[in-house]
Amino acid sequence: MNRNVGSQVYASVLVNSIYAMLNYPVTLISTLLAPLSILAVVTFASHGTLLPVAAEGALIMNMVSSGTSLQGDLSHLKNDMRLQDMIVSSPTGPGVYVFGMAISEIVYSIPTLIVLLIFNVLFVRTTPLGAIVIFLDMATIFTFSISLGFLLSTFSSDIVQSWAFSGILSPILTTIPPVYYPISYIPLPYRYLAYVSPTTYAAQIAQNAVGFTTLSLGTVVLYWIILLSITALFGYLAMKRSRWRDV
Amino acid sequence: MRYPCVQISVSHISKTYAGNVLALDDVNFSFNHNGIFSLIGKNGAGKTTLIRILSTQLLPSSGGATINGFDILNQTREIREIIAAVPQEARAVPWMTPLQTITSYLMWRGYTHSDSREMGKNVLRTLGMEEQEDKKNRNLSGGQKRKVLVATALASEATLIFMDEPTTGLDFISRKELWNLLASLKRDRLIILTTHYLEEAETLGDLIGIMSEGNMVGFGSLGDLRKRVRYPLSIKIFSEDFDTSGIKGEVQKTAQNSIQIYTGEGEAYELAETLLSRHLKFTVQEINLNTIFESLVRGDELNE
Ligand SMILES: Nc1ncnc2c1ncn2[C@@H]1O[C@H](COP(=O)(O)OP(=O)(O)OP(=O)(O)O)[C@@H](O)[C@H]1O
Ligand SMILES: [Mg+2]
Repeated sequence: MNRNVGSQVYASVLVNSIYAMLNYPVTLISTLLAPLSILAVVTFASHGTLLPVAAEGALIMNMVSSGTSLQGDLSHLKNDMRLQDMIVSSPTGPGVYVFGMAISEIVYSIPTLIVLLIFNVLFVRTTPLGAIVIFLDMATIFTFSISLGFLLSTFSSDIVQSWAFSGILSPILTTIPPVYYPISYIPLPYRYLAYVSPTTYAAQIAQNAVGFTTLSLGTVVLYWIILLSITALFGYLAMKRSRWRDV
Repeated sequence: MRYPCVQISVSHISKTYAGNVLALDDVNFSFNHNGIFSLIGKNGAGKTTLIRILSTQLLPSSGGATINGFDILNQTREIREIIAAVPQEARAVPWMTPLQTITSYLMWRGYTHSDSREMGKNVLRTLGMEEQEDKKNRNLSGGQKRKVLVATALASEATLIFMDEPTTGLDFISRKELWNLLASLKRDRLIILTTHYLEEAETLGDLIGIMSEGNMVGFGSLGDLRKRVRYPLSIKIFSEDFDTSGIKGEVQKTAQNSIQIYTGEGEAYELAETLLSRHLKFTVQEINLNTIFESLVRGDELNE
């Protein structure tokens, strides 16, 4: 039989975002609120000076929350619905299933992305090249967080465990590291710790693209290499190490 | 027209879960058959574990199996092309409708949206659920929810379908509707199902597997299984006034002034002659699956 890959991806989008959004529109407000609230707090607390940083930070947080939501959604479908078992015992491979689920998370965050896009266009100055860099930066951090989300979901045996994973991931990837504020605000020996998080590199690249900081070309290239390597590593782990079949 | 048969060969499968729970203990069987294979056994016997291993959801601890010659350990792609499964604990997503549930499952298998909807509508009609197709799953009864999940796999093109307790919670009429659907599908497929309704296993099962404590203690057709037990015949005497001492077999006093005797063929013949000569009313029957199940699980079988 000829299997229609578009259809397979669309199935994930239907189940995980379209049907869910139509049923519970309130979920859209909850995804919107987290990045916007920190954006507002940072902007007001800095009297507007950190607005461009926080605007990029909110975008990064939105990308990371796609991964943490994916983790929770996959765990729910796997452990509570046993849907993943039905998918494992079918021609649908992990790649197309997770790709569809990842797309569904983007669909879910479309309202947030629209609001942040308008905000960026109105308040943040950048060049066309800068806009492209920011887009690629966000796509990379999205890929990283989706891989991490899938990896964790396959190790989770319960939605309660997944909530705990989300509760840990979100602060250590978005609120603690210098995503919403400049890295120079962290006193020195501790500043190095920030470089453990891939979101630090993504934020540095974005802050450079909007002209808030000025990094040398060498530094930008180095940050891209590190960010892409971490993403590739997690992508690889997600494909190899994640448990599609239980042990 | 002849249909290719599904071939399954299981050799030395064992499964120990974390915490040293031995769920399967060296299971072996093989067959080359279309139709229905009913797996029965007490709670915790290992049915779900075996089904999950064969449907490539769970790795065995040791041993292996092939399906149509493909290895379940490392040729999963080929196997997954032809299978579908309904897990024991699967639940229909509460905020989706039955039609959406089946449609999305078929789309995951690679059918277009419109084909999937069409196939979904058809299977729901067959199962007498067209009235419910656009209700929310959460508003269905327990049995109706179960039927929705069973329908997903049955609507697909899979030639090997695993169903773990598909009829649990279904009323008698719904079960019979499902039996009819299974019977109409089984000619060119193999359906492996587990059930706690022994009359269902007996009616449906072209092959029956009896599991006990991680072992396959009985495997074959009903006739094959009957040959395995020591007392394959059941004689019911409608009188209390009969001396059963010295009878080779198992004697049970039942209610309504009758005596129930399980015995072998030779003894049954002699007993029948005695009963006839004494003008006592009696019936002779081959034992049913309930009795076979009980004696094989008890380990009470013919010494070979
Ligand atoms: N995930 C698990 N972890 C540890 N032990 C398990 C797990 N799943 C099942 N078991 C154990 O393995 C044994 C077999 O369980 P299994 O689910 O295969 O039984 P079953 O025959 O399907 O029973 P039932 O009729 O109740 O569904 C049981 O002793 C059970 O406690
Ligand atoms: Mg079970």
